[in-house]
Amino acid sequence: MAITRDHELHSRRFGRNLGLALALAVFVVLVFGLTIAKVGRGDKMQAFDHQPRTSLLPPEPVK
Amino acid sequence: MADISTFDDGQEAQFGDYIALLKPRVMSLVVFTAMVGLLVAPVPVHPFVAFTAILFIALGGGASGALNMWYDADIDAIMRRTRSRPVPSGRVSAGEALGLGLGLSGLSVMMLALAGNLFAGLFLAFTIFFYAVVYTIWLKRRTPQNIVIGGAAGAFPPMIGWAVATGGISLESLAMFAIVFLWTPPHFWSLALFMKEDYSNAGVPMLTVTHGRPATRRHILAYTLVLAPVALATAFTSIGGPLYLAVSLALNAVFISGALRILRRTEVQAEADSYRAEKRFFRFSLAYLFGHFTALLAEAALHSFNLGGW
Repeated sequence: MAITRDHELHSRRFGRNLGLALALAVFVVLVFGLTIAKVGRGDKMQAFDHQPRTSLLPPEPVK
Repeated sequence: MADISTFDDGQEAQFGDYIALLKPRVMSLVVFTAMVGLLVAPVPVHPFVAFTAILFIALGGGASGALNMWYDADIDAIMRRTRSRPVPSGRVSAGEALGLGLGLSGLSVMMLALAGNLFAGLFLAFTIFFYAVVYTIWLKRRTPQNIVIGGAAGAFPPMIGWAVATGGISLESLAMFAIVFLWTPPHFWSLALFMKEDYSNAGVPMLTVTHGRPATRRHILAYTLVLAPVALATAFTSIGGPLYLAVSLALNAVFISGALRILRRTEVQAEADSYRAEKRFFRFSLAYLFGHFTALLAEAALHSFNLGGW
């Protein structure tokens, strides 16, 4: 016999799972947005090790 | 033929119960004060970074709320006001509350350090530690000054917001801290005046229980009198100005007169009108804090048009 009717318990669990899924989706969007905001600001960083990119720094005054 | 048996004791948590563990109403205060702290700071912050930082400060506040509910489940079960919270009502286990609190603490601190700066992240970690360990575990059940000390945890968010923008602490952020810190005792003690039975039944040493109500009324006035000069002096820092001063003067006049009214009342009078003055003072205290921080925000907005300030 097929189960055709959801128990109330299942709808509560579905609500919980949906809430968690939404929370995770929001987290992903936040991390992505933060990345765009920080990279888009044009910090003088090299991507692979986050060290100052010396070629972009202003030249030191000659003594 | 197959049989299916399910166990349903009607106590399984919904998603909203986990949200309730984070004390959303307290979070709203944290969000607002942290936002003001961040926006009035002299260093501009990228809007998305600011949004994310405030969100994770709020999440850190929520995490400390979950830790509080984990530890205080026994007294929450006794008090009428807190009896239906997720842990004492049995919908969420104490272990789940502890896990959620610790997990979200780590996440919020790490994300705030990444979004803002390391100092802000560590400051948030200290705030969570202060609320969960120093206040909830250590002092809440030991001293009638619990509200005063616990108030510090609620007063840190504007400093964290400021730290996100500036990377440090300054006189202005300390002034915002002092306003919330000194505002907390009269706010909560006025609540305790009309909630006495709950606290005494739970054995929490509220000032009303340990020192009596007349002493609590005196304490409320004393704190409003100390708070007023601090709130007014903030007008003369770099985040204040004439608009803030005018708002602060009006709010403090009403706040002090409310505290004086509370002081003059006896228990018989208070019970006769169902604690009307105390309830009104409690409600006004919310407007008091909101008004001060909104005025600071307005000053910052005026600054951006080269108006405001002195």
